[in-house]
Amino acid sequence: MSDALESEVKTNPQGDPITAAPAPPSAQSGKKDPHAEAKRQKVVTPEYMFHEAPREKEFITGSEAAKEAVRRSNVDLSIAYPITPQSETMQLIGVLYGEGYVKEYYRGEEEYGVMSAIAGGSRAGVRCFTATAGPGTLRGLEPIASWPGHRLPAVCMFTCRVVNAPLAIQPDNIEMAYLLHCGMIIFHAENQQDLFDYIMMAFIISEKNDVTLPVGVCCDGFFVTHARGYCSMQDKGLKLPEREAWRGAVPVLDAENPPARLSRDAPVQKSNFMAYNIHAVWQQEVWAAVERSRKYIDQYMDGLIETQNVDEADVLLIASGSAAAQCREAVRECTAKGIKAGLIKIKSLRPFPTKELRQLCSKAKLIVVPEFNYVGWLAKEVATAIYGYSNAKIVGGPHVYGGMSMPVEMIVDEVICGLSGKRSSTVPSSAIMGQVDPDAVAHFMQNI
Amino acid sequence: MSLNYVEFTPGFDRWMPKEYRDMVHHGPFGKKTSVSQVGTFKEILEEHPMCAGCAMTLFIRLAMIAFPNPEDTITVGTAGCGRLAISQAAIPFVYGNYGDQNGVASGLTRGLKLRFGDKPKDVVVMAGDGGMADIGFAQTLHSWFRKEKFTTIMLDNEVYGNTGGQESGMTNKGQVLKMAPVGKKFEKMDMLGMAKVAGCAYVATVVPNNPRRVESVIKKAVLIAREVGPTYIQAYTSCNIEYAIPTDKVMEDAKDVENDRYKFSEYLSDDARQCLGELYGYKEYLPKPEKTLAKS
Repeated sequence: MSDALESEVKTNPQGDPITAAPAPPSAQSGKKDPHAEAKRQKVVTPEYMFHEAPREKEFITGSEAAKEAVRRSNVDLSIAYPITPQSETMQLIGVLYGEGYVKEYYRGEEEYGVMSAIAGGSRAGVRCFTATAGPGTLRGLEPIASWPGHRLPAVCMFTCRVVNAPLAIQPDNIEMAYLLHCGMIIFHAENQQDLFDYIMMAFIISEKNDVTLPVGVCCDGFFVTHARGYCSMQDKGLKLPEREAWRGAVPVLDAENPPARLSRDAPVQKSNFMAYNIHAVWQQEVWAAVERSRKYIDQYMDGLIETQNVDEADVLLIASGSAAAQCREAVRECTAKGIKAGLIKIKSLRPFPTKELRQLCSKAKLIVVPEFNYVGWLAKEVATAIYGYSNAKIVGGPHVYGGMSMPVEMIVDEVICGLSGKRSSTVPSSAIMGQVDPDAVAHFMQNI
Repeated sequence: MSLNYVEFTPGFDRWMPKEYRDMVHHGPFGKKTSVSQVGTFKEILEEHPMCAGCAMTLFIRLAMIAFPNPEDTITVGTAGCGRLAISQAAIPFVYGNYGDQNGVASGLTRGLKLRFGDKPKDVVVMAGDGGMADIGFAQTLHSWFRKEKFTTIMLDNEVYGNTGGQESGMTNKGQVLKMAPVGKKFEKMDMLGMAKVAGCAYVATVVPNNPRRVESVIKKAVLIAREVGPTYIQAYTSCNIEYAIPTDKVMEDAKDVENDRYKFSEYLSDDARQCLGELYGYKEYLPKPEKTLAKS
């Protein structure tokens, strides 16, 4: 079947050649094995892949970065379902399937079915990847939220977009507010390079024995998926080691493990008869496993956060994803204005860098948390983490949503207002915490 | 290595619970067991928390005896009465989310195929009428249209039993139940017709009061799913609680329902017939010698 697929020139309905597909084989190489290149891939250790392998820089979209990450990640099963702005990513994974880099691939019925089938594949002991966005995330949330409890290693990419009515396809990361409470590990990529690195590292961290959890790699839709950026990548002839099915906190369901013990004793298999304490200790263990992933995030991703200019800074901008990119520019402008400003970019939201923030925020006077959503989930996380460890005023904003862009000036204005005490034109006073009216703070906390 | 996992590590035998030792020494793993031998071997499903007189439990028990390779079989289910018994069995069982069974089984079957190739790893979905025809409808139909190679068994008690007796899509028209206070307003869903339209290679209806027939359809369905494509068995497994059937009349009811709307039916695709005839020794499905040729 693959031969037939590879032999024809692929075009879109308008008749243009599809450049994402592999070049059609020439007449001389008509019988060339379409999987030949994939078969020549060499397995290297994660340590070599992430820290030592030489890299080459390319100017590519986020979707292409995700494809290149999956190409090098020895993925067994990938299941696709279209939704803007994710569709291109899973189409490209389909190209990888045609080329033999991904062993099994199909287009599922809808997200609930896809996320359920990913759960089935992970239980079978194979490495699974899928991606979705916005309403798709919410549609698949019931199975996604149960992956951690079933201890299913897998990687899901979320290309965040509007969820709520009135429906729009524009960038907005409100869906991450739901994902943060599933018990899965959550990374937030700022750009194409992050997306590429985080996806590959996610597979390795997800499958660590003392972790055995799914990892969600989020990015802001369009800003990252459809825009191009520089991405340094290892040779595509290299790939990560395959998933070792015998590893993991619970045995895989392949009928190669003692069946009586698993079926009869595993508390995740029962519900009516499950004592409350069984669910409780199981969830405690899930969240403990989230905590145990810290050491691997430190090892492979160089920590849960990335900082810029934070020593001696009076003002700290704390952000994740695309907001971090805007904050970099804001730091530069603040510095030009003579304001001592720094940036803390949060790479891992679960586990959350509580300890790191408490230490870094202890001397700050002002903290500004810009976000690409209405509710301000990150400001709430930051305020909760550093409460009692910092006397800084915390500005829960500025917020943009529904596809709005976040001009750098918007962030700089908040810094100036925050420092001068001038009333902000975009952030309500109820969203400013610390050194303000406690009633307003209480109102804000209730409404985020 | 499948059979090794049920054996004990040397020296540990005497420390294991008796029930486990019985399973290893007298269980069905690696043997051909039959419903006619019940009582002579340790069954995969014995203890369970189901109601007295539950026909569904009898059906599940018979189905598990009939699995052609119990040591290489994984069952998948969803919320409902059935999984309370299935989860007590001595073979792996997946209990995921509401109505996700055919989606999970799709990923599981493909994953196992990647790891084990042609070595049989039978995936059997057993879920209720609500789980399959209502909440899991899309995934059930799509798994059939995609020709996923696993068996789907509907435990049809024509009601949501586990949640306390609500109308399901498989309830008969006019039946008064919870959430159908003036009687169900539309017909029982034709899942058998849909299974055929969607391309199942084997479709059968069965009631549990004929153990040999249950055994026969389960064996065929699992073997065909392994080699050819999706198979579907729809079993009438009454809920004696919600339909107020006295426990001593449960089999009688099954007989009545069989005569009324659950007559035994069996459909095999040509590929399914060929598979059973050529690979598994079912002589009745081998092509008949052409008499005209023999005469000339």
